[in-house]
Amino acid sequence: MRNMIALLCGLVFGVGLAVSGMTDTAKVLGFLDVFGNWMPDLAFVMGGAVCVTLLAFPLVLRRAKPLLSARFSLPVTKAIDSRLLGGAVIFGIGWGIYGYCPGPALSALLYLDYKTAVFVTAMLVGMALANRIDST
Amino acid sequence: MLPYTTPLIGGLLIGASAVALLLFLGRIAGISGIVWGAVSAQPDNSWRWLFILGLLVGPLLYHSATGTPYPVPSALQWWHAAIGGLLVGFGVKLGSGCTSGHGVCGIGRRSPRSIVATVVFMTCGIATVTVVRHVLGGL
Repeated sequence: MRNMIALLCGLVFGVGLAVSGMTDTAKVLGFLDVFGNWMPDLAFVMGGAVCVTLLAFPLVLRRAKPLLSARFSLPVTKAIDSRLLGGAVIFGIGWGIYGYCPGPALSALLYLDYKTAVFVTAMLVGMALANRIDST
Repeated sequence: MLPYTTPLIGGLLIGASAVALLLFLGRIAGISGIVWGAVSAQPDNSWRWLFILGLLVGPLLYHSATGTPYPVPSALQWWHAAIGGLLVGFGVKLGSGCTSGHGVCGIGRRSPRSIVATVVFMTCGIATVTVVRHVLGGL
């Protein structure tokens, strides 16, 4: 049952990314091009998604536990430190260079453009590198 | 349809998915965290791989069901993808999240950390596109 729900959530998330235009790098880069020919579309993606979570997350988190797990697994780190900020800066630069963040890159994999596979492979290498630095 | 209806619908679906994952499994729908958990073989991993499977297949279902063509492949080069991907992967691991984990879910939890991270990566994304397109005249 848990696996079924996870698969369904992934499907809906993937459909959402495709519907919204996030799997189209030209739209993403057009959205980030605020000082050029700005395409505001993707503001509605983030806006729509955040409206739903802002309203529903507090209701869900009022429960003692989730429906199919023993407990909520939430991030515990609170510090706004150089790791968080540096990571966000580096991520933002990479996002602006090619136009994919992790979700859309994965969702676009089966469009079978080899450059997307290059992106995802490089992304996994980047994660492994950061993990190595983190653990030293 | 009104302009911006489709991106809004897409956003609502993404939000609904995040709420369902939290409600049923108690997990945050942060894609970078889910991917890292899956490839680094964390315990209790089957839900992560199945979520990723859905993420991969979902767009194909959408395009075939609605007859919407695939997006035009990026005009950028493979090495743009390599550099972009490397920075994205490094950054999201170091910063513990991406657009979904910090942006959609973190803001939904009203986490100050996530709000700061989202403002920073959005600003840096905008700054990068601005520099690349309007200062360097393209990469």
